[in-house]
Amino acid sequence: MTTVTPPAATTSTAKRLPAETRSPRRSSVHRRSTPLTIAMLAVLAYFLLPLFWLLIASTKSTQDLFNSFGLWFSHAPRLLSNIKATFTQDDGVFGRWLLNTALYAGASALGAALLAAAAGYGFAKYRFRGHGAAFNLVLGAIMIPTTALAIPTYLLFAKAGLVNTPWAVILPSLISPFGLYLMRIYAEDAVPDSLVEAARMDGAGELRIFLTIGLRLLAPGLVTVILFTLVATWNNYFLPLIMLNDPDLYPITVGLSRWADQAQNGGAGASSDMLALVVTGSLISIVPLVLAFLMLQRYWQSGLATGGVKQ
Amino acid sequence: MATTAATPVAPARTNRTKPTPRRRHGTAGALFIAPFMALFLLLFLAPLGYAAYLSLFQEKLIGGSTFVGLDNYITALKDPLLLKGIGRVALFFVIQVPVMLLLALCFALALDSGLLRLARVIRLGIFVPYAVPSVIATLMWGYLYGPDFGPFAQISHDLHLPAPHFLSDSWMLGSLANIVTWEFVGYNMIILYAALRTIPAELYEAAAMDGAGAWRIAWSIKLPALRPALTLTLLFSVIGSFQLFNEPNLLMKVAPDVITSSYTANLYAYSVAFISQQTNYAATVSFILGLVIVIVSYAFLLTANRRRTA
Repeated sequence: MTTVTPPAATTSTAKRLPAETRSPRRSSVHRRSTPLTIAMLAVLAYFLLPLFWLLIASTKSTQDLFNSFGLWFSHAPRLLSNIKATFTQDDGVFGRWLLNTALYAGASALGAALLAAAAGYGFAKYRFRGHGAAFNLVLGAIMIPTTALAIPTYLLFAKAGLVNTPWAVILPSLISPFGLYLMRIYAEDAVPDSLVEAARMDGAGELRIFLTIGLRLLAPGLVTVILFTLVATWNNYFLPLIMLNDPDLYPITVGLSRWADQAQNGGAGASSDMLALVVTGSLISIVPLVLAFLMLQRYWQSGLATGGVKQ
Repeated sequence: MATTAATPVAPARTNRTKPTPRRRHGTAGALFIAPFMALFLLLFLAPLGYAAYLSLFQEKLIGGSTFVGLDNYITALKDPLLLKGIGRVALFFVIQVPVMLLLALCFALALDSGLLRLARVIRLGIFVPYAVPSVIATLMWGYLYGPDFGPFAQISHDLHLPAPHFLSDSWMLGSLANIVTWEFVGYNMIILYAALRTIPAELYEAAAMDGAGAWRIAWSIKLPALRPALTLTLLFSVIGSFQLFNEPNLLMKVAPDVITSSYTANLYAYSVAFISQQTNYAATVSFILGLVIVIVSYAFLLTANRRRTA
């Protein structure tokens, strides 16, 4: 499975340890290291600092953002009125952006995961003509940068009249070469051949086997792919930036960056409250993903283990 | 979406006038991958081919689109803006990626050592930035970097120290590297950590029996086991750094004098396509950028594989 060579075989001359010595992993449970913990807590502080700033900042007015200390609350907390202002600015376009983002990300993630699962299962459980060539082609595509594809895709979509429609954002996100790779190695382990054979004996068709047995066994891997495609599409900026020019179609990322531009061009004065809206909008838009990750940890960690170990 | 995955398989089921069973299954397999491959051809290979095609033409004032062969490529390879952009991301890659992966490795080993208190909280906390869109990450850091009102400037002001110029010409690449590192260390750490967790405990027991200490175990067992995962993270990092766009594009608004529209290769491709509207040249630049990434990735994969088989 892994490329590990047991060191026991290579260092056979080593001394025997007293019999009561436990394995390192078990004994260490009783010996926590305080210096290491403190060092890692310092590391943690670095990673949480911007998020802490965001939390504090979203309770401030634009003026207070400039006039009070950045890492602590100001005297006049106004988180709720900021949230209200964020959702009412420009006729409530922010809510629309959230819905767009959820739609684009949800459709892309579900579609990409199902396509990858079917194809991964197909590669893992069947042999057919062009099997190896097709898989290598897709594997090679992991290396093709999405941005090198984005501009030609835009030009193609412009010809097809797809630009400035939701499809322009969803379609390119449906193909996840890494998702396919993950699903294939996952399916090789998770779906036993004997089970597939047994189902065939019982007269089940290939599609039915996939839908009733395969998909169920692939569920953890499927969640991983859904989650990572979801993040990729939720966070996508370049593709919607070039594909869409109607603000009503923007996802959060493009919308917020437009607001940030406006804040830059005159948000520093007392008159505009744009910057506070950008900050509060940022906070609102990261909450769903962070929650999704916290709730689904078990899945994405095991899924990543599969991808990282086998190659 | 379920229908796209399902429909192609139906013929295989109805076709019960059995050929050999193996062949029947073979067809079913091909049909399982058909939807993916169809979209793959349409959305990956077609744009690639189209870019290659476009890159061979030039829009002339008279006569419209004219075939010019490799002229665009010759122009691009002599284009100082493109070369500088690629050079800048190459420099970024050479410095940022090793730092990021080394940190990710250290964190993963620390988490796996079992010596940490609060390990779960620390692990999740380091990973959380991955869930933050790069647009928002850049907006946050952009504010934190602020020379007048950012907290670092405020603190240095209170201490009567000169404020750090995070957004100045000489610091910018480092400031960008910090944002990217902040975003992706956790992701890489989780991949490495997940790989470490799959090492069977008996190996550690055997090593301890043979007198290996914690460092020796890390070096002789953990690192070799991590090689596939490290290759994977490195591959993703190559792709990520060479197409750097979001962070510089957003910081450009804050520091327009420092970040120009050709600061990174990808930013340049974007501005050629959408600001100066040179479609053919933009296709050429995209194609060259893609080629550079593929070549660098392959070089890494080959060296990684050679070391593994050696």
